[in-house]
Amino acid sequence: MKIAVASGKGGTGKTSVAVGLALAAEKSQLLDCDVEEPNIHILLKPNILETEKVEVQVPRIDDLKCNYCGDCAKFCQFNALFVVGDTAMVFPNLCHSCEGCIEVCKQNAIVYEPRCIGEIFIGKKDEIDVIYGLLDIGEALAVPIISAIKKKSIGEGIIILDAPPGTACPLAETVKDVDYCILVTEPTPFGLHDLEIAVEVVNQLGVPIGVIVNFAGVGNDEVYKYCKEKNLPILMEIPFDRKIAELYSNGIHFSLEMLEWKKNFSRLLKKICEVY
Amino acid sequence: MKVAVSSTGNKLESMIEQRFGRSPYFIIIDTDTMESEIVSNIGTGYAHGAGVGASQFLASKGVKAVITGNLGPNAYGALRAAKINAYTNFSGTVIDAIEKFKNNELKEFSSPTVPSHTGTGNTVSGRGQGRGRMR
Amino acid sequence: MIQITIISGKGGTGKTSLTASLVALSNNTVIADCDVDASNLHLLLNPEISETIEFKGLKLAVIDQLKCINCGLCMEKCRFDAIKDYVVNSNSCEGCGLCVYICPVKAIDFIDRVCGYAYISDTDFGPMVHARLNPGMENSGKLVTLVRQKATEIAENNNKNLVLIDGPPGIGCPVIASLASINAAIIVVEPTLSGIHDLERAISLTNHFNIIPLVCINKYDINNANTDAIRSLCLEKDINILGLIPFDNKVTKAMVEAKSVIKYDPNSPASIEIKKIWSKLNDIFNI
Ligand code: SF4
Ligand code: SF4
Repeated sequence: MKIAVASGKGGTGKTSVAVGLALAAEKSQLLDCDVEEPNIHILLKPNILETEKVEVQVPRIDDLKCNYCGDCAKFCQFNALFVVGDTAMVFPNLCHSCEGCIEVCKQNAIVYEPRCIGEIFIGKKDEIDVIYGLLDIGEALAVPIISAIKKKSIGEGIIILDAPPGTACPLAETVKDVDYCILVTEPTPFGLHDLEIAVEVVNQLGVPIGVIVNFAGVGNDEVYKYCKEKNLPILMEIPFDRKIAELYSNGIHFSLEMLEWKKNFSRLLKKICEVY
Repeated sequence: MKVAVSSTGNKLESMIEQRFGRSPYFIIIDTDTMESEIVSNIGTGYAHGAGVGASQFLASKGVKAVITGNLGPNAYGALRAAKINAYTNFSGTVIDAIEKFKNNELKEFSSPTVPSHTGTGNTVSGRGQGRGRMR
Repeated sequence: MIQITIISGKGGTGKTSLTASLVALSNNTVIADCDVDASNLHLLLNPEISETIEFKGLKLAVIDQLKCINCGLCMEKCRFDAIKDYVVNSNSCEGCGLCVYICPVKAIDFIDRVCGYAYISDTDFGPMVHARLNPGMENSGKLVTLVRQKATEIAENNNKNLVLIDGPPGIGCPVIASLASINAAIIVVEPTLSGIHDLERAISLTNHFNIIPLVCINKYDINNANTDAIRSLCLEKDINILGLIPFDNKVTKAMVEAKSVIKYDPNSPASIEIKKIWSKLNDIFNI
């Protein structure tokens, strides 16, 4: 059972929900797919058992074979290759690893070699296996790290994925093969706007959606109206509560101190597992 | 000699564009005849690597020097490889830049003016210049 | 012309609310919303769109079913697994063009795709440039660059001396594009453990680009110990703290009314502090 927890943007309490679900399960895997700003390991402080570099394949040009025809540079849609006079350069950070240049080079001058763009960490906290990744600063492509994280999870039991913020391709990469997607939002115009866009992305991927309203009671009821109209079930409401915020700011999950919430999360988890 | 200037507009009186790769226009001027050619920068169409794309384009035009504001390391490496001299940190109008260039008043630069955000190119020829990743 | 970008490691730290308030205090500003995949600023500034610009990103391969001979070469070669049953899945296609090149019967077209729109608008507080990336598209930073390009153009043509940029979340490509050649970045942080962690990442990013970081602690009073930790972090790194904004439920109330807190209640605790931040900015940059 794979459940992704997402929201149009960060700061809606998405990570709290993901951690809450993982804590409520007897045994679970928790995947932090926000590789630009992973937070789960800060909240849970898992013991790191294993780290692994994430590599992508990029071309290397053999200057003994290259005749500087420039075909590869002309082909590359991402400007990762530059050929002029008797020089051919590769800009590995621009490469999308499409292998097109290898295909077009008539001299067979191009080979692939690995290049590191970040790291993934596999750790354990009590009964939760925590996997997260970190994109090297200045790198542009998060997707290879996300897929490396997803590959590390063993495909059984409860798997919770904390999706990256935003609605661009890292979100799609995280959600694309999960069984269920929980969208966390807040009852404000910002929350509604971001929810609408997130729903669009997740719908495109054909994944069923449920909504959790965080900071319930602070704003207006537009989010509820929208959910009703779109037939999206509201799975849970978490009220705005200073105690929750204070616990969070100290890195303590509220379900550990406010035990009724642990029950709420396990009930929710059970419900999702039964239906999907 | 052909000199390319990154420009915010399509006139000689336009201001220099501070970004090289994403410059809306390049004005290419032959300093011997003062003939000019205005090209809208095809590089602005690229998602990434605009500086490399622009360098490739200018090299194909036979340009030998570039005057611009800032240059990132990718474009820097590409221009070096193409043996195009680069003059950076210039602000003012395009025509000003050309005049100063002709009077040898511009300083050629020796390193990128913008730090790398994603490392730089690896060359295969002994002539081109690649740089290490900046951290 | 001064360009300032407001960023935060993650969204939801009050970055957009702060931007809207600063905009409301200024009077000679061009506003650029660079949070292109989850933009919110327009919800507070009610822009009236005067110009829409199509944004074309990477290309898309499309197979002409009449020409296709079902040889399957494209499906085998595509590194992104974007082709199934001789149809290109536009969500997976990264626009590399390999299939277009290898197709033996030239059945594959390479078309421009519209990945989003940029808008030029008028607001009560001055011109605004904003954008919307189509959901699920690659956010390369290119749309951010387009927004910024239009904003500086407008600033130059209208003698505006400040471009305020609402930055995207994260530390990836879009943020990098929003930081290129600006004067300073305001990092908005909440005093939480993860907030501190995000702040450190954001500071290293600004250092990386030689940009002056300025820090704003939002809801500083929800955790005084963490606020102190941020203070000493900034002291140690010699970073200017612009202000400490208290928790104030007027901020959310203002949002529900589609207003910045400054306009909603200029005398609320958050507004008072934001005014101080604005005058500090004025002192630093002579806006
Ligand atoms: S296509 Fe091959 S031979 Fe031609 S420039 Fe590229 S690497 Fe060299
Ligand atoms: S593999 Fe593709 S993206 Fe990478 S350099 Fe070659 S053509 Fe360009």
